[in-house]
Amino acid sequence: MTVNPEVNDINNTYEYGWSNPERYAVKAPKGLSREVVEMISRNKDEPQWMLDFRLKALEIFYSKPMPTWGADLSGLNLDEIYYYIKPEGMNARSWDDVPDDVKKTFERLGIPEAERAALAGVGAQYESEMVYHNLKEEWEKLGVVFLSIEDGLKQYPDLFREHFATIVPPEDNKFAAINSAVWSGGSFVYVPKGVKVDIPLQTYFRINAESSGQFERTLIIIDEGAQAHYIEGCTAPAYNSDSFHSGVIEIVVKEGARFRYSTIQNWSHNVYNLVTQRAAVYGHGVMEWVDGNLGSKVTMKYPACYLLEEGARGEVLSIAMAGRGQHQDAGAKIVHFAANTSGSIVSKSISKDSGRSSYRGLVKIYEGARNAKTNVECDALLLDEEARTDTYPYIEIEEKTARVGHEATVSKINDEQILYLQSRGLSEDQAAGLIVRGFIEPIAKELPLEYAVELNRLIELEMEGSVG
Amino acid sequence: MTDQSSPVQTAPYQIEIRNLHASVGDMPILKGINLTIPRGELHAVMGPNGNGKSTLAKVIVGDPEYTVTEGEVLVDGQNILEMEPDERARLGVFLAFQYPVEIPGVTIANFLRLAMQARKAEGEEVSFSEFYGKLLAALKVLEWDESIVERYLNAGFSGGEKKRNEILQMLMLEPTYIIMDETDSGLDVDALKIVAKGVNSMRGANLGGLIITHYQRLLDYIVPDRVHIIVDGKVVQSGGPELAKKLDSEGYDWVKELALA
Repeated sequence: MTVNPEVNDINNTYEYGWSNPERYAVKAPKGLSREVVEMISRNKDEPQWMLDFRLKALEIFYSKPMPTWGADLSGLNLDEIYYYIKPEGMNARSWDDVPDDVKKTFERLGIPEAERAALAGVGAQYESEMVYHNLKEEWEKLGVVFLSIEDGLKQYPDLFREHFATIVPPEDNKFAAINSAVWSGGSFVYVPKGVKVDIPLQTYFRINAESSGQFERTLIIIDEGAQAHYIEGCTAPAYNSDSFHSGVIEIVVKEGARFRYSTIQNWSHNVYNLVTQRAAVYGHGVMEWVDGNLGSKVTMKYPACYLLEEGARGEVLSIAMAGRGQHQDAGAKIVHFAANTSGSIVSKSISKDSGRSSYRGLVKIYEGARNAKTNVECDALLLDEEARTDTYPYIEIEEKTARVGHEATVSKINDEQILYLQSRGLSEDQAAGLIVRGFIEPIAKELPLEYAVELNRLIELEMEGSVG
Repeated sequence: MTDQSSPVQTAPYQIEIRNLHASVGDMPILKGINLTIPRGELHAVMGPNGNGKSTLAKVIVGDPEYTVTEGEVLVDGQNILEMEPDERARLGVFLAFQYPVEIPGVTIANFLRLAMQARKAEGEEVSFSEFYGKLLAALKVLEWDESIVERYLNAGFSGGEKKRNEILQMLMLEPTYIIMDETDSGLDVDALKIVAKGVNSMRGANLGGLIITHYQRLLDYIVPDRVHIIVDGKVVQSGGPELAKKLDSEGYDWVKELALA
């Protein structure tokens, strides 16, 4: 593993910036083309319908302009990206079968250890493919399915096809289209009726190669009355050239089911992270997104809950931290299609140095969604004068009985708080860190303990030397 | 003075304030304070509002709002004025704030543990039994339910709860020098008694400090060893506990005249 000393100056607090030498089974040529799409499909030995789907998506991608709202994407050169890199060794069920340097990478990230201690199942993606995927036997016996997306397509073709691209179609946006064309890796999850998976499933995403793109595709189906929690984590080496991550996450929460999807995104600061995450929630189902965005150069991500049937509930808790050179354009979408649906958005951002965080959220209530209600709360914390925050709330209401609340606050760490904590013996950095931790506590407390600790640790790392 | 060859610490155990001048912006507030408070004694600092009592507290604790223009504050012989507020705290100085700030999202328990940890040598951990044993004892003195420590630090607390929380921190952190800045303001008699009980439980040869107050009321419960009166940034009169009583019955007019003299 090598450190990349030339980029230390831009990102000296990022601890996951090392990389492995590149050794790959397949590496597509740079840039996007029909040939690359066909090559991906061929490598996956896909049915014809999937290749047709990919090629159609590619056309859609070409036909859509780059979005001009949101974050500045002018630095993202799509011709300079490698769209498919297949690592050596694929989708092992035992860590012993994962190639050494890749295994070491995930060991260094603490994944096998976490799996033993606290997880129902673990997936690990390296570049474009899942290199490891395993579900503990007790859950497998109950009929829970936790596979790489490719194996999901192979082993559950009907269930897969019934839901795939129905929640996020390629027409949805330019990045959903690019993902649909070149998707590779990601998870396929099915939790049968009434089964409650009470410890989390986790997938970890690692980009290793320079200028690479990662386009995972995840499809999760939580059947009636079932429950589960899925966690994703992500890191990448720090390079001078940009990398590109554009995932699509589709989730179906059936009647009376409950699902939580948690992300701790800690990409290196050279990654464009443009992700579409959406859940379709049926009668009295509950969908919760817990979204932590700490890394990346630019993130545009608005986890969505489509509340399709009566009594469905959607919640989005998001936390963003933007440091020097970063723009976190994050938020949420809650769309009410049915009566007595409810939603909640709590968004917290921390900006420092020249970092910029934006809350961008949509609450839409269609006519007929009687008594629908959603509450939005966004709080921004600015750590210094250079930092910037903006709020872009979009509220569209077609229904008279709807209730929507929106509250936004912007605050700065105040000197009196720092003095108070210092007067109790904490250093200035510790004091500022503690105030920030308190600020994100409403979100951290929703995470399993290990992840809350990790979130706090990452934020403290970002905070080092930021006050004074 | 000691030097490196002398193993014996000979510094006097006291806070010594020497000719202390301090200002906010261009405005001088302290104009030559001289006070010596030996460890083991609690001294009351009284005086009319706006004459420098709270400024003295803030300067000792190291509030960057105030600029020290002259003088020294020696804690056990060491000048603390160049130190960061947290270094002063770790030296054993504790201010019970007049207006404790709110820190949302940080539980009292978590905060107390961190503050105790900050006093430990590198590699030394606050043990659970040490923390919890101390906590239960402190809560008992303050007649507070254990559940209070799961609340966020001062967030949504009443004035009385905030003051009681200051004393809780004091009991947990075991400072050698306390400065109480108008801790009695806004307290009803019952709360006042509890606060006094907390302070008195710590009194002894290892505790010194200043009790800043405008009124005699608190001093009925925490009887000071000495009383000093500050007017216009200077100590104009010092005496025993009877001086506080005199102020209570005669008001501050006569001391203001002392300042002019």
